[in-house]
Amino acid sequence: MSAHELPKAASTASAGGTVTRSVPALAKPTPLKVPKVGDTTLDNGLRVLVVRRPGVPMVELRLRIPFAGPRGNRGAVHSARSALLSDTMLSGTADRDAATLARDLQAVGGMLSVGADADRLGIGGSVLAGGLKGLLGLLGEVLTGASYPAREVKGERDRLVQELAIHRSAAGVVAREALLHRMYGDHPYGRDLPDSADVEAVSAGQLRKLHESRVVPAGSILTLVGDVTPAKGTALVAEALGGWTVTGAEVPTPAVPEQEGRRALLVDRPGAVQTTIRLGGAAPNRTADDYAATVLANLVFGGYFSSRWVGNIREDKGYTYSPHSGIDHAAAGSRLVAGADVATHVTAPALLETLYELGRIATVPVGQDELDQARRYALGTLALGTASQAGLAGQLSQLASYGLGLEWLREHSAALQKVTVDDVLAAGARWLAPSVLTPVLVGDTETVADSVRALVELETA
Amino acid sequence: MPTRAPVRPSRPKAAPARPTGSSYAVERGRLANGLRVVVLPDRTSPVVAVAVYYDVGMRSEPEGRTGFAHLFEHLMFQGSANLAKTEHFTYVQGAGGILNGSTHVDYTNYYEVLPSNATELALFLEADRMRSVALTQENLENQVAVVQNEIRVNVQNRPYGGFPWISMPPVLFDSFANSHDGYGSFVDLEAATLGDAQAFFDRYYAPGNAVLTVAGDVDTAQVMQWAEEQFGDIPGRPVDALPSFAEPPLTEQRWGVQEDRLAPAPAVALAWRTADPADLPSYLPYVVLAEVLTDGDAARLQDRLLLKDRTATSVGGYLGVMGDPLDARDPTPLMLEVHHAPEVPVQRIVDTVGEELDRLATDGLDADEVARTVARMNARYLRDIDPVLGRATHAAVFEQQRGRAELLNELPTLLAEVTADQVVAAASTLRKDNRAVLELRPTGGAA
Repeated sequence: MSAHELPKAASTASAGGTVTRSVPALAKPTPLKVPKVGDTTLDNGLRVLVVRRPGVPMVELRLRIPFAGPRGNRGAVHSARSALLSDTMLSGTADRDAATLARDLQAVGGMLSVGADADRLGIGGSVLAGGLKGLLGLLGEVLTGASYPAREVKGERDRLVQELAIHRSAAGVVAREALLHRMYGDHPYGRDLPDSADVEAVSAGQLRKLHESRVVPAGSILTLVGDVTPAKGTALVAEALGGWTVTGAEVPTPAVPEQEGRRALLVDRPGAVQTTIRLGGAAPNRTADDYAATVLANLVFGGYFSSRWVGNIREDKGYTYSPHSGIDHAAAGSRLVAGADVATHVTAPALLETLYELGRIATVPVGQDELDQARRYALGTLALGTASQAGLAGQLSQLASYGLGLEWLREHSAALQKVTVDDVLAAGARWLAPSVLTPVLVGDTETVADSVRALVELETA
Repeated sequence: MPTRAPVRPSRPKAAPARPTGSSYAVERGRLANGLRVVVLPDRTSPVVAVAVYYDVGMRSEPEGRTGFAHLFEHLMFQGSANLAKTEHFTYVQGAGGILNGSTHVDYTNYYEVLPSNATELALFLEADRMRSVALTQENLENQVAVVQNEIRVNVQNRPYGGFPWISMPPVLFDSFANSHDGYGSFVDLEAATLGDAQAFFDRYYAPGNAVLTVAGDVDTAQVMQWAEEQFGDIPGRPVDALPSFAEPPLTEQRWGVQEDRLAPAPAVALAWRTADPADLPSYLPYVVLAEVLTDGDAARLQDRLLLKDRTATSVGGYLGVMGDPLDARDPTPLMLEVHHAPEVPVQRIVDTVGEELDRLATDGLDADEVARTVARMNARYLRDIDPVLGRATHAAVFEQQRGRAELLNELPTLLAEVTADQVVAAASTLRKDNRAVLELRPTGGAA
């Protein structure tokens, strides 16, 4: 960016006079540094990745275990069991009850949390560097001997049912569930949260069986980033988790249904002061030829504050607070989701502007400046994402679970730099055109349905 | 049955008595116009965080203008003498950076994180709006609409919206400054004028009322030079002495009710006034106490309410109305938040919390419990200051409210010095007769 002078803006509040000053140029950028990764697969099949990243005396830990379930009702049951398993994995082992486990974890300055999505069980943690051995010891104990005590399971089951009701009272969750179901049907991606009824049916015995059969090291990846060397980190993991030797079947995520444009769905939320708008569609994955072009097309449309969609419905018209569009990756297929929560009385106008901006990115070439601006943002923020222990741990762990390494960051950088206006047009037409997306609205049907029908065919629920 | 090698359970080594901490370099300067500059050079990653903290927050907005400080924060992003309406954003993002701002009870901050080759640019952008933000009627009206949507999505259309950070202050405090809704009423937001904005800027956005913090891949001397070049010509202007927001303590329990048609289940918050945060040795025991009570399954209230009694769905506790223990001045609360099933009477939750506090005050706690609590607090804190932005924002508020950015490195040591007796003493000040209780009652049918 070159230094240049700008004309003064009119009617400025100023204490210091209206001095014209030039915007400083950027200095020479530092090229993206990719740190060395220690990469070892243990005898039990667990892949261990370690990066020494100095900074604070902490270590970040991410363990990802393949955990996909089948389609249909069995998948719904699996989803419920996975959720409750996540909530009770730390509720006790053969040797420690929940309270003792919690105390010992706290004592080494450690944190552990367990969560599941449709593809994986994830265990995340962080610990004072001096407590890494202790944290790994507790993790190993949980992986090999989590006991799912009946009393704890019952208590957590009741809690989970209550929490699900609370989650489902949020407009964003209602919208997300409706969108995913519409896009994916009975595929595991078609559900975000388990059904309460399925959760209530889960027993401690089923959790133990699920743990025995699926919490296995082969195919799993453990990542450590922080104040630890690859040699030391790998050795500590081997020592603590070497006894985790159970084997199980590989269960891949089923193939996703093809995505196509669908009729809009309006879910009633009586009295809502905002309509929660979501549009979803398929997206290319990280290794697709047009991935970089799609990233940039999405950015120009609505992927950052300087995007057209934000400029239009927030900064120009004040319809909304934070519209955003982004790509989410998943094992069987990535997706694009655009969302805006707009004032009820401007629902149809906001939808109109949204369809306009999507139509524009799909049919009209973007300006070179716009493309370059988005490109600089995409390139620059790549570095930001890995500039902390937690950021790097998340990034490395994610990429590894897709069979990619940190070199992908350099490859993606190179791809971004080559994207042309024509590439963006092609990507926009393929992935962001209104005709390929599935719109879902959650709002006060009585107030908004008629005006929305002026724009799109609408189903109500 | 899983096959596993026999494991002898061993107690993991407890955290050492001397806490592991950080040792970031902290350098400071001050311009002639009063602007304080703090630099935290660290070459680990080629990124930089630039933050400007203005010593004005929700507590300072006038009556009839609730939400004004936050609205003004929005206006600061709408252009300045040398930048058109969206250009602050386009310059930061075009340099590969991210940006935001936020409004708190005692400060408003503006920050960006960028590749370090954009440091000078970031300083220019911050200086331009500190010198001459562009205030127009059109932008004011536009941002009022945006803020109203922010309130809709975060409060009005959200179950438990504003609970308890908006709804507890009027129960716990009496003065307008401490008790009003900092997001603002729609009436007050629509009544805001350009004249109000001009006056607010003149009064609170003087360089002498601000701290500029730069953390990351920078050279201190170079940053100081740039700071002088970019900010030096902004004339100083007088800064009013900070008023005290102190008010008398509660002399009897207060009980408020928030009705919520979107929430499917009830909740209750309890709050007490703490020692003055300016007096760290007296205040830090409260910070530790909140964690003793609520940090994880080993904590007192989780153990009692979740594991033993099973009367709660979730339990949380923190210092400060907005959850940061060290970014607000006196008066500030210790807040407990419990979500529970409808079948559990709220009084039972309130009484149980009271019992646990009494038990703590009477039976005490041992050094081990304090040590493990502080060990994890330390870990969380280090995790927060590892990214450049976390470092910059912590250092900024330490400098602004305490004149000591060095606290960034010293905090773990200070926390480790808190004794069990001090925690017990703090707990014994949290009684029935000086607490504020806020009950959230679901009133709706389906959402």
